[in-house]
Amino acid sequence: MLKMNSDLALLAPAKPFSAHLPIQFEGVHLSFGKHLIFSSLNLEIGAQGITAIMGPNGAGKSLILRLLAGLLMPEQGSVRFNTLSRVPRDQIGFVFQRPVLLRRSVQDNLLHALAIAGVERGQRPFRADALLELGGMQHLAKSPARKLSGGEQQRLTLLRALAAKPGLLILDEPSASLDPQATALIENIVLRASQCGVKVIVVTHDQGQAARLSDEVMFVHKGRVHAIQATHEFLKTPASREAKAYLAGELLI
Amino acid sequence: MQDFSQAFVQAFTLIGQADPTLIDIIALSLQVTFTAVSIACLLGFPLGAALAIGRFPGRMAFVVFLNSLMGLPPVVVGLVIYLFLSAAGPLGFLQLLYTPTAMVIAQVVLVTPIVAALARQVIEDLYSEYDEMLRAMNASRIQTICTLIVDARYSLLTSALAGLGRALAEVGAVIIVGGNIANVTRVMTTTIALETSKGELALALGLGIILIVLSILINAGLFLLKNSAQKRAYA
Repeated sequence: MLKMNSDLALLAPAKPFSAHLPIQFEGVHLSFGKHLIFSSLNLEIGAQGITAIMGPNGAGKSLILRLLAGLLMPEQGSVRFNTLSRVPRDQIGFVFQRPVLLRRSVQDNLLHALAIAGVERGQRPFRADALLELGGMQHLAKSPARKLSGGEQQRLTLLRALAAKPGLLILDEPSASLDPQATALIENIVLRASQCGVKVIVVTHDQGQAARLSDEVMFVHKGRVHAIQATHEFLKTPASREAKAYLAGELLI
Repeated sequence: MQDFSQAFVQAFTLIGQADPTLIDIIALSLQVTFTAVSIACLLGFPLGAALAIGRFPGRMAFVVFLNSLMGLPPVVVGLVIYLFLSAAGPLGFLQLLYTPTAMVIAQVVLVTPIVAALARQVIEDLYSEYDEMLRAMNASRIQTICTLIVDARYSLLTSALAGLGRALAEVGAVIIVGGNIANVTRVMTTTIALETSKGELALALGLGIILIVLSILINAGLFLLKNSAQKRAYA
C-alpha cells in the first residue's frame, strides 16, 4: 500500500510539524449573536498520528476545526500550537465536508493550489502530476473539476489540501455521503499522508472510519470535550456516559 | 417614402462597395470603443473585486456611489473632460482635445463604473462560495482577487458587454471632446447624428445598419462562448 519513497517526497511536511504539538485550546469562548457555542473550552491534541473528533450534530466539531485552522477566531481564550500563539496557516491543509472547486480543470485546480503555496513555477506541473497519480486521477487531468462525481471531487480537494505539503491535515467529514469505494480511496490517501509524518485531525460520524483511520478519538458534546481515548478503547469502553449513548445510537439531549 | 427606399438602397450600396469613408469611420469607432472598454475592464474588474471582498468603513456608501455612476449623463462627462482638456484646463498642456485619445478618456470615465459595479456583484456572489476555501489555502488578498477574476471570467464578459454596449452607442461625450472632425474624430454615432441633421440619410442608415449588426454579432459570440463554458461547468 505505502510506496514509501515516492510518498515521502510528495507528502512529507515541508516543515516538521511535531514542534507545534501539542495543540491547546485554553478557555476558548465563541458565540454567534446570542447563541453560545463554546464557553471556556479547553482541549489538548498532543499525539502524532490521526485524531478523530466524534460527537452528535451541533456539538461544535466543525467549529473546532475552523478554530484550529484559523478560519474563526475565539472571542476569548487562545488556540496555541505548542509555543506558537498563532495558527501556522501555511502548514495546514483543510478538506471541507462539501467540496468547493475552482471553475477550472482538475489539473488547473492543483496548479492553482501549488501557485498559492508558492511552489516554484517549473516544479508545479511535476507535483500536480504526482498528486494526480497519488489520487488515481491522471486520466481526469483535463476534465472540468466541477463535472466530476462526488467522490472524485472530494478526492481532488484532498489532493489539493496536500499540495502545499502541510504538517497538519484537517478533514471535516471527508466521506460523508460517499460510497464505500470512494471512502476507501480517500482513507488510503489520508493513511499514506499520516505515515509520512502529517498530523491528521478528522471529524467523522462513522465508527468504522474512526476505527480504520484514527489512533485516538476526542468526543465532543454541547461544546465540551467529554473524552479523549485511544480509538480501540473509546469504541469498546467509552469514558463518558454521553459517548456511550452516542455510540449506542441513542438520542443525546 | 421613396426617399427612404432610395436611402436604404444607397446605404446597402455603400456597405457593398466598402466605401472608404464608411470603413474609416467604422475602424475609428471600433478602435476608440475597444480601447476604452479594455482600459475600463483593466480598471473595473480589480476595483469591483476589491469592493466585493474588502471590508472597510464606508464600503456600502461607496458601492451605492459606484452604482449611481452607472447612470452618468454622457454630455456632462463630455463637458467635464472638455474643461479638463481645453487649453485653459489643468490638462490643456497635453493637447488632447479633439483627438481620439480624448474620446477614449471620456468613454473610460463612462464605462468603468458600469464594468466595476457589475463586476462587484458577480465577484461578491462567487466570493461567498470561495471565501473559506481560499482562506484555508492561506491565499493573500491579491491572490484572492486574481482567483476570483479568473473564475468569474465568463460572467465578467457580461459586464464587459454592458460596457461595450454603452461605449458603442455613445454620442454625447465623444462629440464634445472629439469635435466630430472628418477623418480625425468622426465615429459611427457622431456621423449618424450629423448626416441625419443634414438630411443625408444614406451614410447614416448604412452606419446604423452596421452598428446594429456589430452589436448582434458581438452578443451572439459572447453568448456562444458563455454557453460552451457553462457546459463545462466553467461559468
